[in-house]
Amino acid sequence: MVPVFGLLAFLLTAAGIYIGFFRAPTDFQQHDAYRIIFLHVPAAWMSMVIYVAMAFWAGLGLVLNTRLSSMMATALAPTGAMFTFLALWTGSLWGKPTWGTWWVWDARLTSELILLFLYIGFIALQASIDEPRRADKAGAVLALVGVVNIPIIYFSVQWWNTLHQGSSINFRSSPSMAAIMLVAMLLVALGFWAYTFAVVLARLRCIILERERHTEWVRETLQKHLEKSA
Amino acid sequence: MIWNSWSEFFAMGGYGLYVWGSTVVVVICMFGEMAGVRMRRNAAIEQLRMAQRVAKKEGK
Repeated sequence: MVPVFGLLAFLLTAAGIYIGFFRAPTDFQQHDAYRIIFLHVPAAWMSMVIYVAMAFWAGLGLVLNTRLSSMMATALAPTGAMFTFLALWTGSLWGKPTWGTWWVWDARLTSELILLFLYIGFIALQASIDEPRRADKAGAVLALVGVVNIPIIYFSVQWWNTLHQGSSINFRSSPSMAAIMLVAMLLVALGFWAYTFAVVLARLRCIILERERHTEWVRETLQKHLEKSA
Repeated sequence: MIWNSWSEFFAMGGYGLYVWGSTVVVVICMFGEMAGVRMRRNAAIEQLRMAQRVAKKEGK
């Protein structure tokens, strides 16, 4: 599964970047600085989607007491934090030439920054508790409380008068951007989805190996792995 | 292709610093994360292998 998603991620992202950087015309208002959105918007989407997925798995682990769901949540957190950082970073580099500032304390930007702190808090909290099941539970509570921030980020551009513009794409109306730009953005977004699947599943494997190392089946799997590579 | 030359492409209409500053950091983060997971995996397998060796010695 990991190599398949990895390959998909590479192809989709490369295709999206190619269309976005080589085929899409220059924007008449934002000139070429607008090309940053081909990275910024997919990264921002992933930052929110991954958080919801993380809270879902953490919550499931808390309610059903299933270890694997909690490990899934733990595996998602670093990738979510990375995409949140990238959304802020690319947004900042887009904001400087377009708005004239690297950063403003507007509702969208601030709530996205809070999302980054939620991810970091989740990772730090789990790292600070030695007993894995207690770490899972503490992390789950944090993740579930923090999920309230997601609709705040999403609707912030409607609820408050923000500098950040409203979404060009939503579920209610047809997108307000040129088709070729939309295609490029969606391809990169799909590529980032595939990347997330690949890297999170790979990390999940590591977590399983680390945590379940005392069980019989991990020993057997490792034995097979060693025989194959020998 | 909408660009007339490679230098025009890299200049990005004068916004090169911002566009490439974004792109490079995205690439570094994604490849860095992949390398990190790979290292973690190798470390986990190595640790298991050592534990197995110790268990075998104690068994004998």
